[in-house]
Amino acid sequence: MSRVKTLQSLSKRYRHPGDLVFAWFVLIVSLFLLSQIYQETTFKAGGKLFAQPRFWPAVSLIGMASFAALHLLGSALSERIEGRWKEVALWFSALEYAGWLVAYAALVPIAGYLPSTLLAAILLTLRVGYRSKLALISAIGGAFVIVALFKSFLQVKLPAGQIYEVLPDGLRQFMIINF
Amino acid sequence: MENLLSGVELLARWDVMLALFVGSVGGVVIGAIPGVGAAVAIAILLPATFSLEPIVGLTMLMGIYGSSMYGGAIPAVLINTPGTAVNALTCYDGYPMTQRGEAHRAVSLAYSASFWGGIFGILCLILLSPVLALVAPMFGSREIFLAALLGIILVILAHRGQIFAAGMLAMFGIFIQTVGLDVTYSQRYTFGFSFLTSGFDLIVAVLGLFALSQAFFLLTAPDSSPDAKPVTGRLTDGFKELLKNKRVATVASGFGVILGMIPGTGEFTAQFMSYTYAQKTSKTPDQFGKGSSEGLVASEAANNAVPAAAMIPLLALGIPGEALTAMMLSVFYVHNVIPGPQLFQNNTDLVCALYMSLIILDVIVVVFLLFSTNLLTKIIRIPTRFLGVLILILAFVGVYSLRNSLTDCMIAAAFGVLGLILKRLNLPIVPIILGMVLGGIMEVKLRSAMPRLKTPLDMIDRPISFIIFCLIVLVLALHLRTLIKEYRAHQGEDDHDLHDSQMR
Repeated sequence: MSRVKTLQSLSKRYRHPGDLVFAWFVLIVSLFLLSQIYQETTFKAGGKLFAQPRFWPAVSLIGMASFAALHLLGSALSERIEGRWKEVALWFSALEYAGWLVAYAALVPIAGYLPSTLLAAILLTLRVGYRSKLALISAIGGAFVIVALFKSFLQVKLPAGQIYEVLPDGLRQFMIINF
Repeated sequence: MENLLSGVELLARWDVMLALFVGSVGGVVIGAIPGVGAAVAIAILLPATFSLEPIVGLTMLMGIYGSSMYGGAIPAVLINTPGTAVNALTCYDGYPMTQRGEAHRAVSLAYSASFWGGIFGILCLILLSPVLALVAPMFGSREIFLAALLGIILVILAHRGQIFAAGMLAMFGIFIQTVGLDVTYSQRYTFGFSFLTSGFDLIVAVLGLFALSQAFFLLTAPDSSPDAKPVTGRLTDGFKELLKNKRVATVASGFGVILGMIPGTGEFTAQFMSYTYAQKTSKTPDQFGKGSSEGLVASEAANNAVPAAAMIPLLALGIPGEALTAMMLSVFYVHNVIPGPQLFQNNTDLVCALYMSLIILDVIVVVFLLFSTNLLTKIIRIPTRFLGVLILILAFVGVYSLRNSLTDCMIAAAFGVLGLILKRLNLPIVPIILGMVLGGIMEVKLRSAMPRLKTPLDMIDRPISFIIFCLIVLVLALHLRTLIKEYRAHQGEDDHDLHDSQMR
């Protein structure tokens, strides 16, 4: 009994809500990945162990699963703080913004970098709850500065929008190069 | 001397000086905004610097790296919120000073201590260079493998109270760098998906884990707008007061240099240790946490000495000690400048130019801060959700400009959600990045060392490799000793707040 208590006192830490869910998730993922090691890696006959393609995935996954099991143990032994599922719901809510990013990325080759960025900035500003004129002007200004800095000044490689094709010759070239 | 002049020649160009100026001033501004930080800024700017010359891109990123902590002290002192995670301890004594109506004294002390730490770090780097140039060529494959292994162990053990989580995340980092085709063209964990054949790009992971996660964090949290009051009074006063605390400033800078060189420890540990030292040796230890000038000097001098010191393992061995130098490593690689033993022999002028740029950036930053502190207090007031929108848009250009790939954006978004979860749970992100970088180094170096090894003991039959091996054993033994002490005391330390910097 005293050993159990010692183990508990050594593992007990302040855990944020949702820690147990994350600990289970990582353990399950690492065990799943480990179970796939024979299908997803190869072992070359006659080669040295340390030079095998399977060696480092095996080392890392065994390490990951072991640490995940210990983390889970520590999490299970620590005091539970209310709000676990509320926290998990917040993690899922971030997927919406991940979706915004992907939609923005999908729009750029079609609408062009400047129009897409202006649209993304305005819509996201409205989505997160700002309605004032100042906020919208700041969003437009911020988006324009970002585009000018990265595309016009630093000349990062971004595709020209298909929509630019309908522009008159001189303007089209200008937009393709700068925006 | 010849190399020094070549270094000056490299720097004496308008584009390099502009990059240094933009990086330094940009770093201060970014550091002053709570919730952004150097990691986010460097992650976003990385792909943009690929098209620049190595010296231009590197000086810009180093400007951000070296100056962000100066800016981070402003909100730490004025609104009790550190601008960057490593300014956390600055709040302890800086904010009580502000409450007493001594904001200008606290801010100027923070600047002067930061300057002292920064210059001290660079001087140590310069003084150590001949030793590095001598020792670095002694590092072969097995030594670099062992040094990277030591780095991984230290990264895990440095996260006291979160060792299991840090271990789990470091191993995850090592695993994801194995995904894709290996050197023998054998597929590993691609699950038949063609986009996984080339593996996970480090920059995509960095942008997701640092920049997008911060955007998601701010966008999903309630909105707030910090209110910082303008600072009145002479900001040069702190330099005079610093001279009264030069012992603390020097020792704290020393901690910063030593811990900056050791992979995995970095600014936070240096700041924590120097603060503890300053308190223990102070004539007024009860003033710590209530507005002690010594406490403020200790924390700011320590964290600003780290960037220069962190360049030592990166430049000499090609081993990054923390996330920011890991990002810089990718810039070196993109420009075909391989940090490591050869760098000091083949690119000494570049190394000298980098040293000088670090000194110049410290001067630029201090001059800029003396005139613009009140302007920065206005920037601090940006509402957090609006900041989240801007970071998301900036992170997009970082990811998408790499290869114009929608898949990269999806992968970065997935890393972003993972980073958000880690931030919400107060778990460290850095072990994943260092796992990716050091895991790759370990795999390559172990493979190249293999042909010369007949028995496992051959791994440590050279002086340097034997010393590193002894260090690994020592580090593990010391950790075991601590665990046994805790076991005997039958109580865990309440150290859960030690790394709550993830929340900031």
